[in-house]
Amino acid sequence: MTCTEFLALLDDLIDDSVTPEVRAQLQQHLHGCEHCEVTLNTTRKTIEIYRSHEIYDLPAGLRERLHAAIMARCKKGC
Amino acid sequence: MSTIQPIAGELEPHPDVALVERVRGGDVQAYDLLVRKYDRQIFRIAQHITQNREDAEDVMQDAFLKAYEKLDQFQGNSKFYTWLVRIAVNESLMRLRKRRTGKMISIDEDVETEEGSVPRDLADWAPDPEQNYSQSELAEILRKTIQGLPQGFRVVFVLRDVEGLSTEETAEMLSLSIPAVKSRLLRARLQLRERLSRYFRRKKGAEK
Repeated sequence: MTCTEFLALLDDLIDDSVTPEVRAQLQQHLHGCEHCEVTLNTTRKTIEIYRSHEIYDLPAGLRERLHAAIMARCKKGC
Repeated sequence: MSTIQPIAGELEPHPDVALVERVRGGDVQAYDLLVRKYDRQIFRIAQHITQNREDAEDVMQDAFLKAYEKLDQFQGNSKFYTWLVRIAVNESLMRLRKRRTGKMISIDEDVETEEGSVPRDLADWAPDPEQNYSQSELAEILRKTIQGLPQGFRVVFVLRDVEGLSTEETAEMLSLSIPAVKSRLLRARLQLRERLSRYFRRKKGAEK
């Protein structure tokens, strides 16, 4: 397997949607390719960081204001 | 090796379905619960697409109001959350169009067609690289980095990886084909990874 072929399956590997046979081939490539190992690990980390950190927080005051506005309109039938 | 597990299919009726039924029966307070459950996600998606705080506030209000008005059209066989996100994505894109008058905004904007090439930056990252930054510094880095992605990549990444929607749901929501979603997701992930490497790479001479 070449690095380009590995990369084409990177998302499927990360999303855990590869067959056991393909997974074995990917693992075999990883054993001999530091480049792809780094790519896999840091791409996983990228996703994890974006998932676990709130970068657009909704402050409590704003949340309550928006919430009150929405519910007031809904109670009037919008 | 840890893996990111896809969200499992639900066998039992989703609790939102019962809330939606209560709202349809005239219980406005039940809608209050739905708003509180999803307002943060809707606000976040709107911010990611519009990249503007005021627009995101408007989108959040309008999306929840529109969902309330159209609740009769919601079919219980789809997830309420997915249905709501679709409304929010449409509202966000409309808001962008208004802001950039005369310039059509589409999900295809700025998207290169070139398939994923082998990443250039080979540097490994420091272990737990985010710990080298304060929470506010890290949030700024993550914001700046994702804002630099082409819109068509950014929206796919946000829906798939941040909000946890499936490839199929994302494709349907953005009127894209499944291969297009997959291709954009790969490009988005790799571009973000490469841009974050600037901040997170292992310093030369640092111990493993």
